[in-house]
Amino acid sequence: MAVRSTPDASGWVKSARQVERERLLRRRSIRSGSIATVSTLLVVVLLVWGVTASPGWERVRETFFDPEQFVRAFPDVLSGFLLNVKIFLIAEPLVLLVGLSVALVRGLRSPVFFPLRALAVAYTDIFRGVPTILVIYLVGFGLPALGLQGMPTDLATLGVIALTLSYGAYVAEVFRAGIDSVHPSQIAAARSLGLGHGGTMRHVVLPQAVRRVVPPLLNDFVSLQKDTALVATIGPLEALRQAQIHAASTFNYTPYLVGALLFILLTIPLARLTDYLAARSQRRRGQ
Amino acid sequence: MKDHSLLTVEGLWKSYHGHAVLRGIDLEVRPHEVVCLVGASGSGKSTLLRCVNLLETVDDGAIHLDGRDITDVRVDPDAVRKRMGVVFQAFNLFPHMTVLDNITLAPRKVHGTGRREAEQQALELLERFGLADKAKAYPDRLSGGQQQRVAIIRALAVRPLLMLLDEVTSALDPALVAEVLGVIRELKGSGMTMILTTHEMGFCREIADTVCFLDNGVLLEKAPPEEFFTDPKEPRTRQFLRSVLDARRI
Repeated sequence: MAVRSTPDASGWVKSARQVERERLLRRRSIRSGSIATVSTLLVVVLLVWGVTASPGWERVRETFFDPEQFVRAFPDVLSGFLLNVKIFLIAEPLVLLVGLSVALVRGLRSPVFFPLRALAVAYTDIFRGVPTILVIYLVGFGLPALGLQGMPTDLATLGVIALTLSYGAYVAEVFRAGIDSVHPSQIAAARSLGLGHGGTMRHVVLPQAVRRVVPPLLNDFVSLQKDTALVATIGPLEALRQAQIHAASTFNYTPYLVGALLFILLTIPLARLTDYLAARSQRRRGQ
Repeated sequence: MKDHSLLTVEGLWKSYHGHAVLRGIDLEVRPHEVVCLVGASGSGKSTLLRCVNLLETVDDGAIHLDGRDITDVRVDPDAVRKRMGVVFQAFNLFPHMTVLDNITLAPRKVHGTGRREAEQQALELLERFGLADKAKAYPDRLSGGQQQRVAIIRALAVRPLLMLLDEVTSALDPALVAEVLGVIRELKGSGMTMILTTHEMGFCREIADTVCFLDNGVLLEKAPPEEFFTDPKEPRTRQFLRSVLDARRI
């Protein structure tokens, strides 16, 4: 076989056969790349054509895609959206805290903790079962009606409480799945070193469990970001509420599109981060 | 290539992250031949088997199976793998399927054999290797030795041209090694062509037609077992055999 190139550090000289093979692979990757481009273009063109050729397109364009309304509604919707972001940023750590605590309580084995455990089970059952929007109504209108002293009456705060209750239940189950997925032999090894239940959880089980559940947790957070819009139903001036006000005065729905775009801009980075983390853990497991 | 060899490996190179694991391996396997690959961990034995099964893309060189270049980029790897049986160190049985389903999966879903016929053949194989009563059991109910025998039967069920066995006894309790080696012995008796990697030097000496010593990605020495174990030519081979013997003595 003819020597074509200089040997590398390990003494490998690329053979003529390999040169030919790499040429074929390159050609193939160019071909599959062009097929992908053409088929993507085709799909996009068909979709755009399908929507714009529909009989009601003119009406839809006027009501949902009015540039003038877009510009006019944008500042208000954006200022409302900042409240969404605030609700999300406060609710997220609270959700983590509630979720983790509930998951840990459910893992307690001693009979002394039975009431706590039962409470945790009841909490997850109830708040996973009740639609988030109902929880928001109940908390938003029910809690202040109790007339308890020190009970917050600020609508956004009540929204945060409602979202935390609802999402805490989901996240507790995610954490519990993560804790259960750590192999029992890890617990045996930790206990054999003399660590108690708490120490085992803290130093051995949780670090492994949390790493495993990061992608599903982020998924729940993407969902939480959107659901901050549900708080609109009890009245604070967040993005959806602002858009509603605009739409109600002009009978044009473009402000909703503004809200949708803002939510998309917020969730996309988190969604990409989720993808990245999932791919990374996949790679690690492959090795 | 050459008409009397079933598998020909020519100038095979493979590296991971810039580290060359195989450096220009040449190997020929004739029909019905049993080739044993020995060498220290990390010498490239398993990588060589993975390359032959096209589980790895090679960096250079070629592998011919039954006269056809299987490293050609236009070759469909699935079609090649259909004609090979692979047995892994950790058995890799499918835990959600019974023994019978594990064995009949490839004949039914890849080779299009009917369920009745595939099960008939599987039961015959189970009978032949003394596992007929385990057909309906799930893998986790079997001992390691039984699981590995099932894994060998699973690989055998598609009537492969060639079997690749990668450290098939390494994960087993010493008391269970014999039953698995018995199965391999029987396969040799039936004329199966095999490439195996192993740390069991005694078994290697008994079963191999050819022993190949890999060292640092190079096929350093290749000889019939008697010659290999009594009169190794290379100093590295002698050193390796001495270290294996020392380990045995302890």
